[in-house]
Amino acid sequence: MSVVAEATAKDTRARLPIGDLRVSTVLAPIAFGVAVLGLWELGVQASGVEPFIVPAPSDIWREVLDSSDSIAKGARVTGTNALVGLAIGGVLGALVAHAVRVVDQMTVPVVAAASVVPIVALAPALYRMYGGQYDTTRMLVAALSVSVPVYLNTLRGLRQVTAVHRDLMTASSARPWQVARVVTLPTATPYVFTGLRIASSLAVISALVAEYFGGPVSGLGKSITTSVSSSNYPLAWAYVVGSIVLGLVFYVVTLLLDLWFSRHHPEP
Amino acid sequence: MTDLEKHPTPPASTGGFATPPAIEVRAVERVFGKRRKQVVALAAVDLTVAAGEFVSLIGPSGCGKSTLLRLVADLDTPTAGDVAVFGKPARQARADQDYGIAFQQAGLLPWRTVAANVGLPLELHGASGSERKARVAELLELVGLADFARSRPDQLSGGMQQRVAIARALAERPRLLLMDEPFGALDEITRERMQNELVRICRETGAAVLFVTHSIPEAVFLSDRVVVMSARPGRIVDIVDVPGSSHHRTDDVRDDAGFFHAVATVRGHLHGAPTDAAPGSDTR
Repeated sequence: MSVVAEATAKDTRARLPIGDLRVSTVLAPIAFGVAVLGLWELGVQASGVEPFIVPAPSDIWREVLDSSDSIAKGARVTGTNALVGLAIGGVLGALVAHAVRVVDQMTVPVVAAASVVPIVALAPALYRMYGGQYDTTRMLVAALSVSVPVYLNTLRGLRQVTAVHRDLMTASSARPWQVARVVTLPTATPYVFTGLRIASSLAVISALVAEYFGGPVSGLGKSITTSVSSSNYPLAWAYVVGSIVLGLVFYVVTLLLDLWFSRHHPEP
Repeated sequence: MTDLEKHPTPPASTGGFATPPAIEVRAVERVFGKRRKQVVALAAVDLTVAAGEFVSLIGPSGCGKSTLLRLVADLDTPTAGDVAVFGKPARQARADQDYGIAFQQAGLLPWRTVAANVGLPLELHGASGSERKARVAELLELVGLADFARSRPDQLSGGMQQRVAIARALAERPRLLLMDEPFGALDEITRERMQNELVRICRETGAAVLFVTHSIPEAVFLSDRVVVMSARPGRIVDIVDVPGSSHHRTDDVRDDAGFFHAVATVRGHLHGAPTDAAPGSDTR
């Protein structure tokens, strides 16, 4: 067949960009981080600053190792709250976006305005509504924070259907649900996951900060406040390290999901 | 438009008397906008395409050639006049899948494999899995992409993507193919190869084609008749007959005197030259 001559297909499959990483792009930030920690350590040692002002990184690290069990336990509680919030908020945001697509021009300003409301500020009120002995409030706060970016991104994704795909579906006299299944939803999916990636760190932050306002004595946020009130500053910082790690885990996992779901899509 | 009156009927086709023409456009007008901002995209257009015939629409940007194709496809509705496809209203023909369509952009779904893209129309119309599989294999063989069934569109070159789009358009065995500048984004070499392929595909399927293009040689090479259009308002200036059956064109035809003559005639009409510059072009 005459065609096959031309048929040397190029492999343009989207990959995780890990293969493109250079040693310098990995080493440079690591070296910078080590340098900052080193200066911090030296600065604290040399000036003799009290640990309640700034503890040395080595003290914090020692606490991390000593209390790794309780940090892991706190991270599990906060992580569960953030995850449930991420799931509920993600579904909520995506569903609302689908439901209101028709009137999206009207709802976008409303949701944008709602996103300015500091949702964690609702925590005290929500603790009153749902009871201080449950984690419900923390999950709800995380869910509400998550739903906004997911909603906005899903809405954007639903608008990405190209004219040629629409024409194609019309020409094939596809039914509305077929258009949704075959074109609209697959087009929007990567945008939903981009929204989830943006929302992932928000979920952890919201779940953690919500612990400051009440609820059961568990989670990283509660542990931080407890350590501070008992003047154990290095321990408080150790819990902060735990929350940083937790936030990173959420971010990396959702980033991988995002890359996976956009692997066949052109750059937006 | 006296030229038009010389073409009341298209050349006789293989279909015989029983077959209604593939396309029958009568006194069609399409006006966009309202009141003072009105733009007449098409005015008083009459055109008949016989079954199995290859007809190209050519003209400057804004002459309404794509609009005309979209009216035939029922992707748009005329302001006045009638469009019939195989004797049925355009809407009915669309519902019955009487035509296949290909656009300038291949418009493949990037998350589906080549095979799943080709089989999409069959899937939408509820064909069974085995039936679909057999037909997709047949179509990929026809466009020479049998080895790429499991590839993704982004792994294919532009020409190969366009082949997939053509295979998809042929999925329901339509007797009419609507093509809106399908080779417009391809380089010249790929383009000529695709034209040769299209001649073969039309011969093998016997489908009528309405083909929109900007390229004069492309229009002449592929067509039985070339419809020359002009802009503001979009209308048909003349219809040029190309000698010989469109099903038997080979690369040799590109160097043929008759080919050059037809090209010169179309060019003359497009540039508004007097029609006697190309004598005999529109007599049969």
